[in-house]
Amino acid sequence: MVERIWWGTRAYCLIVGMWVRATLTYRTSFLMMAVGNLVTTLLDFAAIAIMFMHVDELGGFSLAEVAFLYGTSCTAFGLADLLLGSLSSIGSRVRDGTVDTLLVRPVPVLVQAAADRFALRRIGRMLQGLLLLGWALSGLDIDWTPVNVLLVPVMLLSGAAIFAAVYVLGGAFQFWAQDAAEVQSAFTYGGTTLLQYPPTIFAEDLLRGVTFVVPLAFVNWLPALRVLGRDDPLGLPGWVDFASPAVAVACCAVAGLAWRAGLRGYQSTGS
Amino acid sequence: MRHLPLYFAVLGSSFRRYSTYRLATAAGVFTNTVFGFIVAYTYIALWSQRPELGGYDQAQALTFVWLGQALLAATALMGGGAQEELEARIRTGDVAVDLYRPVDLQAWWLAADLGRAAFQLLGRGIVPMLVGAFAFQLALPTAPLTWAVFAVSVLLAVVVGYALRYLLALTTFWLMDAAGLSTVGVLLSIFFSGMLLPLTVFPGTFGEVVRQLPWAAMLQVPADVLLEERAGAGSLARALGFQAGWALVLLAAGRALQSVATRKVVVQGG
Repeated sequence: MVERIWWGTRAYCLIVGMWVRATLTYRTSFLMMAVGNLVTTLLDFAAIAIMFMHVDELGGFSLAEVAFLYGTSCTAFGLADLLLGSLSSIGSRVRDGTVDTLLVRPVPVLVQAAADRFALRRIGRMLQGLLLLGWALSGLDIDWTPVNVLLVPVMLLSGAAIFAAVYVLGGAFQFWAQDAAEVQSAFTYGGTTLLQYPPTIFAEDLLRGVTFVVPLAFVNWLPALRVLGRDDPLGLPGWVDFASPAVAVACCAVAGLAWRAGLRGYQSTGS
Repeated sequence: MRHLPLYFAVLGSSFRRYSTYRLATAAGVFTNTVFGFIVAYTYIALWSQRPELGGYDQAQALTFVWLGQALLAATALMGGGAQEELEARIRTGDVAVDLYRPVDLQAWWLAADLGRAAFQLLGRGIVPMLVGAFAFQLALPTAPLTWAVFAVSVLLAVVVGYALRYLLALTTFWLMDAAGLSTVGVLLSIFFSGMLLPLTVFPGTFGEVVRQLPWAAMLQVPADVLLEERAGAGSLARALGFQAGWALVLLAAGRALQSVATRKVVVQGG
């Protein structure tokens, strides 16, 4: 088991390294795109900043607090998107039957599909998240107890793992529904957009849905509310703020099983 | 325009082609609806504090949200459509065959893109709009004239969107991989069309400038027509004129870039 994970990670790094080298062949083009991407992803936050030119707070949260939510959500999602974003195009491989090629290679299919056409430019989203997180932290007056200090990196990593599980689940779903890749966007891009805003502005049913059904609230909302010293609108017991790593592990386990089931159900495209 | 029937045939088959992607359409409708809900709640939080922000009341602001989701696929604000296919053909060199054909490249892809947009307007526009109207109080007009002008405005929005994406697709002749530039294009059109926030909310001179850019023609202007913010013959004519103006300028730019590309660039594999 450990050996298999080690081999999978090594293979992932090798394939990613190959694509990075390929990207860097056109160095100027890549640099232009990376800078362009970083600047234009900042436009996304600019819209929120414009909102705050008209109001002092949104759902009771200040701009710095929203920036904290935005930064944590965007960093966690950005990391998952950078590492596994290519999984969203597995559907087209299922459609044209090229999953066959992946099956005959001595590397786990998940690793190959995730590393396929690795796009280094996707790093822009994560950088933007980190940038805003840094800005938010410098502007916020947070009580830096050891627990809070630890909670921030734990939140980012478990958040990335939860989004990674969503990507793998979405990939597994595409083995059955090849054309339905866009459903995934509702949970990935939709999820990160949702988590950028304070939970107080959304309807309670929606909050319950993203806490108990698709546990996106554990990406940043619940731990972030603790760091910001705020109550969560659903009034859940305090320990759930620390449950993100456990939720992330559970999500990854479910996603892993779904992926196996999906792959086992794969039928090629005939002759 | 001696090939007019041909272009209509292309338009029709493109419509039929997209109508066969049933699962993809359903998936898109689902995603548009989810996004509609998320954005609607943020707008309610904003407009409940600042009623009349950007000249809209809350019902109008919510209509703006759901209209944006309904038009997202048709105007291809997220890219795709003719752009993706043309890029692939330039990358592989297949475009050489297209250039041999006795039809106009830009008009051919425009016809295909209009067919796609027509299907996606119906297939991906109506359901999110209905869901929005059931879940929230919207401000939809009752005057048939408004809807008629709105239809023309949406058509022009699609053409402006196509003209912009055609320009982006042509950069593949030089870049070989236009994926990065496409991403930048998508982010720009999402922000400057009013998809994230109506352009009337943008402050001061920045707002003035943003409202004159071509992206405004893709969502802000059709929305203002539907919300009857543009009322009266003069104001409506100016709205449509603004869109038509940008459509012509950008299509002309596309032709210019195309002639440079086909004269100077060696096609892949050729």
